[in-house]
Amino acid sequence: MAGVTRTPTTLTQDSAATEGGIGESTLRPDGTLKVTGEFAYSSDMWHEDMLWGFTLRSPHAHAEINGIDTAEALAQAGVHAVLTYDDLPTATKRYGLEFADTPVLAHGRVRHHGEPVAIVAADHPETARRAAARIRVDYTPLPVVHDEASALAPDAPLVHDDRDDHHAEHVPHPNIVHRQPIVRGDVAAARARADVIVTGEYEIGMQDQAFLGPESGLAVPAEDGGVDLYVATQWLHSDLRQIAPVLGLPEEKVRMTLSGVGGAFGGREDLSMQIHGCLLALRTGKPVKIVYNRFESFFGHVHRHPAKLWYEHGATRDGKLTHMKCRIVLDGGAYASASPAVVGNASSLAVGPYVVDDVDIEAVALYTNNPPCGAMRGFGAVQACFAYESQMDKLAAELGLDAVEFRRLNAMSQGTVMPTGQEVDSPAPVAELLRRVKAMPLPPGKQWESGDAAGTSVDVRALPGGLSNTTHGEGVVRGVGYAVGIKNVGFSEGFDDYSTARVRLSVVGGEPVAVVHTAMAEVGQGGVTVHAQIARTELGVTHVTINPADTQVGSAGSTSASRQTYVTGGAVKHACEAVREQVLELGRAKLGTYHPAWATAELVLEGGKVVTDGGEVLAGIAEVLEDEVVDIELEWRHRPTEAFDLTTGQGRGHVQYSFAAHRAVVEVDTELGLVKVIELACAQDVGKALNPQSVVGQIQGGTTQGLGLAVMEEIVVDPTGKVRNPSFTDYLIPTILDTPTIPVDVLELADPHAPYGLRGMGEAPTLSSTPAVVSAIRAATGLALRRVPVRPEHLTGT
Amino acid sequence: MRVNFRVNGRPHEADDVWEGESLLYVLRERMGLPGSKNACEQGECGSCTVRLDGVPVCACLVAAGQCEGREVVTVEGLADYARDRAAGCAAGACGGTNPDAAQRWRADPGKAAQGAADSPAGEHAGLSTIQQAFIDAGAVQCGFCTPGLLVAADELIERVPQPSDADIREALSGNLCRCTGYEKILDAVRLAAAREESQTAGTGA
Repeated sequence: MAGVTRTPTTLTQDSAATEGGIGESTLRPDGTLKVTGEFAYSSDMWHEDMLWGFTLRSPHAHAEINGIDTAEALAQAGVHAVLTYDDLPTATKRYGLEFADTPVLAHGRVRHHGEPVAIVAADHPETARRAAARIRVDYTPLPVVHDEASALAPDAPLVHDDRDDHHAEHVPHPNIVHRQPIVRGDVAAARARADVIVTGEYEIGMQDQAFLGPESGLAVPAEDGGVDLYVATQWLHSDLRQIAPVLGLPEEKVRMTLSGVGGAFGGREDLSMQIHGCLLALRTGKPVKIVYNRFESFFGHVHRHPAKLWYEHGATRDGKLTHMKCRIVLDGGAYASASPAVVGNASSLAVGPYVVDDVDIEAVALYTNNPPCGAMRGFGAVQACFAYESQMDKLAAELGLDAVEFRRLNAMSQGTVMPTGQEVDSPAPVAELLRRVKAMPLPPGKQWESGDAAGTSVDVRALPGGLSNTTHGEGVVRGVGYAVGIKNVGFSEGFDDYSTARVRLSVVGGEPVAVVHTAMAEVGQGGVTVHAQIARTELGVTHVTINPADTQVGSAGSTSASRQTYVTGGAVKHACEAVREQVLELGRAKLGTYHPAWATAELVLEGGKVVTDGGEVLAGIAEVLEDEVVDIELEWRHRPTEAFDLTTGQGRGHVQYSFAAHRAVVEVDTELGLVKVIELACAQDVGKALNPQSVVGQIQGGTTQGLGLAVMEEIVVDPTGKVRNPSFTDYLIPTILDTPTIPVDVLELADPHAPYGLRGMGEAPTLSSTPAVVSAIRAATGLALRRVPVRPEHLTGT
Repeated sequence: MRVNFRVNGRPHEADDVWEGESLLYVLRERMGLPGSKNACEQGECGSCTVRLDGVPVCACLVAAGQCEGREVVTVEGLADYARDRAAGCAAGACGGTNPDAAQRWRADPGKAAQGAADSPAGEHAGLSTIQQAFIDAGAVQCGFCTPGLLVAADELIERVPQPSDADIREALSGNLCRCTGYEKILDAVRLAAAREESQTAGTGA
């Protein structure tokens, strides 16, 4: 695109002849660009005569809009456009991930604090902000639905009074987005067998993805009436499907290119500035850049669903679980986003990685006037894991059993039938992961003490409170806690979860070079690294080029649900196999007469050559290809899944499960309620580690996000629906001082159904980290702690 | 207003700067140096960390006008800065980056491709020790925090050549990372310190 600077570049990576394939810790092909500051993130996009967009957002959680006066804003020098609902160009004025319930710009009513009401384009970001402040919106505040009681009260205002989505028919109340019961066995009979029954009520606060790269992008109007959009997202084609109808353009006229993505964690599954930027660009005829600041980012994406969970478990005296009943209420906020899928995960994984034959489960997501909630790493499963693992500790204590041994006694394994009736048909090493994490050596006590000649000195940096110098060890107690979790991999419940890859092999400068082109969003996870490894392994080449992700190739699905290495990795492998077949065909046609092995042997591509399975070299790939180009684009699908029955929850809903276990060691200053996590060890089965270094990095990163949910992170929403802490000053994520050592033990038990036996692994470590930390705090303090994040006042009783 | 200051050893000038613009905005939007990142613009995340007369600061909290006549080092100039330091020059004392070299650095469109052609096991000649260590240790995922962390970590090793883990944690506590859980960032700083030490030992300096 002429005029745009800092565009995404191709990534080229070479390797030595037999290096760089799967299973090796090859380095990121974008690493050098990222350490020199040259990597083009979406907020770095720049165009010579570009304008800056800004969004005016609602200060109310629920209000009637009586009128919007944009005249004063438009009259400001430097302002090029001010758009409201009335300026939308087509009849399609809403969008949404699963169904379109979210207004592009508010019409008549705002349903949450921060909902977009108007957009401005101006020649300087500050001019745009100041103009937006001069838009006069006449609001009449309305009563707010903020929890289950207010959502389901007889006189509750309906958040959406015109629902026509496919869940509307089966939900018991219009303020419920989706409801999923799962019933199996005979809970009453099983309950009668229980020697002990333990109940609990648990609560999860609203967590933010807090990716560091703000929502941003550049929309450039094109001569053909279309638009080129450079943006950070998790799924280009899902964006495209939602953007094009609102603009009134055919999809081929909305050309999207993935710009550098500064983290995602689910928060970029929904649209943010995409449509707004395009609308302003098409209206003004000029390129428009929108970059949210951190304050706006907190309003610009969905969050993790806050949840309330009621659980009952029974067990026999010898420690076998008898039954489980639970009810999970997720707050979906004002718009649906991924709420239905979150309900599906929370309900189908509510029992955790345990064998329980008799269950009665219900999960619902509410519509409220709170901020919209949707995808965040481990969604649905994270909330359930905190509750069931808290229950496991309670049960073990009640039975007088060791908490880890009690879990191992009830751990699921390959062949276990889930509450949905689905049999687990690949390794499920739950007991082994617990054993491994428990077997790791414990960190020494009192690490703040260092003996020297003068006696004992104290390094306060190793203590709760750190450099605040609040204790030198007095009042500090240690605790150890364990947890294990289960997460589904990929899109479930019958979704057509495919990916597309295009692989091209040709000879450049006498060497075979593979080019891999997909629409996969590289958000930091290292998909580009893995694609290059797969191409090397399958095609035996050393030179691999990864093209920028865009919509000129078929969909790669979302970078979420731990699915990209499995599904788009699977698609790259599949396309490479097809390319290899074609190379071998060419070889047989051109050179087959020279050696009988062309016809009779199993042939592979290795070290730039065609080689028999016996290791005999038949020809160089370059010799076979000459000036021919093999270029293949293919879709690839994992095994199909099916929807859960709406009454019983039965169905083969998931394609694969992923497991991780944690052990947390914490020290608590009981006087001030300050927690220091000393160590957070993790054991996880990843099936096959395609890139071991990246796998460990994912586990450590996910573990740390779970730590944040345990003791730090919560978006505080007051009863009027207002967000109280939209900044990194008031919403705290773990720093390097808050984060402990994270030893990782990686297990590789192949899933025979998955490419290379791999198991999607990005989310599982986020699940069990939180309950392990809280379990350790309970062990240290003896407190019940039913809510996360745990705050100092929960520990001091003040 | 017009502001003049040196960035990565070279004089820079920006016109029509509004008084409210931060150093970060002027670097990113007016000087074509977007390497310093805009993750929070509240001074909380450290992604925009640059050296201002040698001192690490959040560029988002510095008004551009405050930089008049001063010396700024960003991630884009980190490799040159480290090279000058190794050669025994303070910032600017050796004339900073040779203008010709800087011009080549900015103008060479092949640099990106060349840099990315890093072999899976190899090292890239144009990088500073800390940059190479971040790549090798797997300390880069999304990379948005990386520029600020590199500037902060480089300053730490300059000040404390053999930092303890507690030193590293303290020095980098103003830099948020959401992807890595910091373990591999610690690894990277340890690795860079060890490599610097062996290089110093090797040259007998």
